[in-house]
Amino acid sequence: MDVLTLSRLQFAVTSMFHFIFVPLTLGLSVFVAMVETRYVLSGNEMYKRMAKFWGKLFLINFALGVVTGITLEFQFGMNWAEYSRYVGDIFGAPLAIEATVAFFMESVFIGVWAFGWNKVGRRFHAFSIWMVALATNLSGLWILLANGWMQHPVGYVLRNGRAEMVDFLALITNPFGLLKFGHQIVSGYTVAAFFVMGISAYHLLKARNREFFKASFTMAAGFALFATIMVAVVGDFHAADVAKTQPAKFAAMEAVWNTCNNAPMHLIAFPDAKNECNLVSALPVPGLLSFLAFHDSNAEIRGITSFPKDERPPVLPVFLSFRLMVGLGTFFIVVAAAAFFLAKNGLLEKYPLFLKLLVLIIPLPYIANQLGWIVSELGRQPWIVYGLMKTSDAVSKSLEMSQVVGSLAGFTLLYGLLGFVDIYLLVKFARKGPEETHVGATGAFGN
Amino acid sequence: MDLHIVWFVLWGVLWAVYFMLDGFVLGAGMLHRVLGRNDSDRRVIINSFGPVWDGNEVWLITAGGATFAAFPTTYALMFSYLYTPLLLLLFALIVRGVSFEFRSKEEGAAWRGCWDWAIVLSSFIPALLFGVAFGNIFSGLPMDQAGYHGSLLALLNPYGIVSGLLFVMLFAEHGALYVAVKSTGDLSHRAENLAKTLWVPLLLVAVLFLGYTNFATKLYDNYLKAPVFLVVPLLAVGALVGVRMFLGAGNALSAFAASCVTILGVVGTGVIGLFPNLIPSSLDALYSLTIYNSSSSEYTLKIMTTVAFIFVPIVILYKIWVYRLFRERVTAEAVAADHEAY
Repeated sequence: MDVLTLSRLQFAVTSMFHFIFVPLTLGLSVFVAMVETRYVLSGNEMYKRMAKFWGKLFLINFALGVVTGITLEFQFGMNWAEYSRYVGDIFGAPLAIEATVAFFMESVFIGVWAFGWNKVGRRFHAFSIWMVALATNLSGLWILLANGWMQHPVGYVLRNGRAEMVDFLALITNPFGLLKFGHQIVSGYTVAAFFVMGISAYHLLKARNREFFKASFTMAAGFALFATIMVAVVGDFHAADVAKTQPAKFAAMEAVWNTCNNAPMHLIAFPDAKNECNLVSALPVPGLLSFLAFHDSNAEIRGITSFPKDERPPVLPVFLSFRLMVGLGTFFIVVAAAAFFLAKNGLLEKYPLFLKLLVLIIPLPYIANQLGWIVSELGRQPWIVYGLMKTSDAVSKSLEMSQVVGSLAGFTLLYGLLGFVDIYLLVKFARKGPEETHVGATGAFGN
Repeated sequence: MDLHIVWFVLWGVLWAVYFMLDGFVLGAGMLHRVLGRNDSDRRVIINSFGPVWDGNEVWLITAGGATFAAFPTTYALMFSYLYTPLLLLLFALIVRGVSFEFRSKEEGAAWRGCWDWAIVLSSFIPALLFGVAFGNIFSGLPMDQAGYHGSLLALLNPYGIVSGLLFVMLFAEHGALYVAVKSTGDLSHRAENLAKTLWVPLLLVAVLFLGYTNFATKLYDNYLKAPVFLVVPLLAVGALVGVRMFLGAGNALSAFAASCVTILGVVGTGVIGLFPNLIPSSLDALYSLTIYNSSSSEYTLKIMTTVAFIFVPIVILYKIWVYRLFRERVTAEAVAADHEAY
């Protein structure tokens, strides 16, 4: 282990941990906003209770998302100083804009929303949660524009020994970043929709607060159906863009070793990196891969072997993560469609096994989100900025081994502890249900 | 207009406003166990800044982001050179944020006591470390063409420690005043009295800091060149005296306002003294990071200036609005009755 490996490991730990909370924040803020809007429009108190119940879970999750986000901003300077210096002219801007445009808005309106139930009118209160949702999604946009630039650098020149920005418009219209943003927000909505459906299913199984959780479930099922389909649609465009801009990553995602035209998609495959071939490849659909990538079944797909050895991403983890992510995504569409159908027709409680399934699969969308990031970030290696700067050149020069060992151990311990407490609290309040959070001094925030 | 100077000013303003706003949260957090004699008091203290602390911390994130965008070389070197203190700072900020949220989620005394101490520690550590870090930046970091030659222990030099103490005392005073203004009855009185008590050591540390600065740093050179800027340190000192006068007159709100001015003045004093450096080298001025040799390109500065000039006024407007919205004093009864309170 060296400073580089440990720094990479640390970045993986801190960003993946941060990313346990972000997707739910993205989706649940929108969900709570929709619920509260329904309350404002209908005047039905149940929707107010729904906003409060799901909002409490939102806040517990949000706290960890916020505090772990600061780590990432600091870490670029702490562990990746050479990177920060080389690309700061262009990469720093979206981060600073995110803070100025999104974080202030988010932090102000979350305060108004959480503490303002009796201070502002109900229309304005609903407006504040919409502002939180907007700001959260906006901050995702800026982060993914920054990340999109690392994946597909645009609008820059190399000057004065670094990358300098020459076209801000190119940066903010970078298709890579925009597609990734699109794919990510609907993935976040999927996490939230399955989170709400799963917890609602738990209470429906216990036959508690049936009306409340049926209404929650039905809204979440509609949200899930929309989100899961959008994940696949945008994901398809995103993958096609990756095929164009990052052929090495695309080849690894699909385990294509040799360049070929009319590339088939193997429904079953398993790569063997050592021998640069696939151990197993069966059930080919001719031309499908070429068609998916370039919308032309004769198009050429570059194989991994066409890249120099030191410019290839690790094939096996990228391939497996991608396959598993796509598999889960497809599964989510089916489940969401079934959930929506059953909920709309009032048949939910007739299928307790299906409800149990929904409780059990709450973690799966989280896993799919993490897998997506593994594809994206590991698939980009060995580049930190695709084609421009290698990860190995990006690490801070002044770091000592002991510092990174200490910080990595510290992060792992602290995050492990906080993650444990957070999950404990989420489960506690999710199981409690809305009644307990609503009655007097024994309430969750009470005393 | 020289955009480097614009961004230097903005950089200073962001830090100063951050310390002014988060300073009282850090201060109130440090005094959380001393001022809060029972659970009800402690909840009042936490809820007094509950709706605003997150927004206050965003000034730090923005200060960091602005450093990255406008002065990437400074950002890169400052954050990697100060690795260990920044790490401790990060851990403290993480713990602080979740402590507020988690503390009220269980009733047990052990659970709450645990988070109480987490709040105290995670408020004290950032205050101290910010002071130590800025003290070392004021006096310069040992860096040359080969990089950084310091260590964590080297940061804890006497001047760094005095600066750390100054920040701790400033924020403690600021926090006590905030609690005095935002709470009622006995808690408010105790906070006011504590502010009176803390003021004396604060003044001593401030005098020590100002004197020591003359020997440990070159901050005063700029004031000799352009004495007009002396108005800033004088304002800081005047406001510090004002804090005690207002307290004597029983006007905690004015004392708190004066404390705000003190903090802005102290940070302003340091920042003006640094110009045009962001981080001076204590080895050779040639290797100092200045607003010219560590900045982004003109183009990026222009883009960022446009963004800042559009959005910073908007941010300030809704920040003022939210402080007005939550201007009422927090009472134990209100906290007990409000299910949404911390």
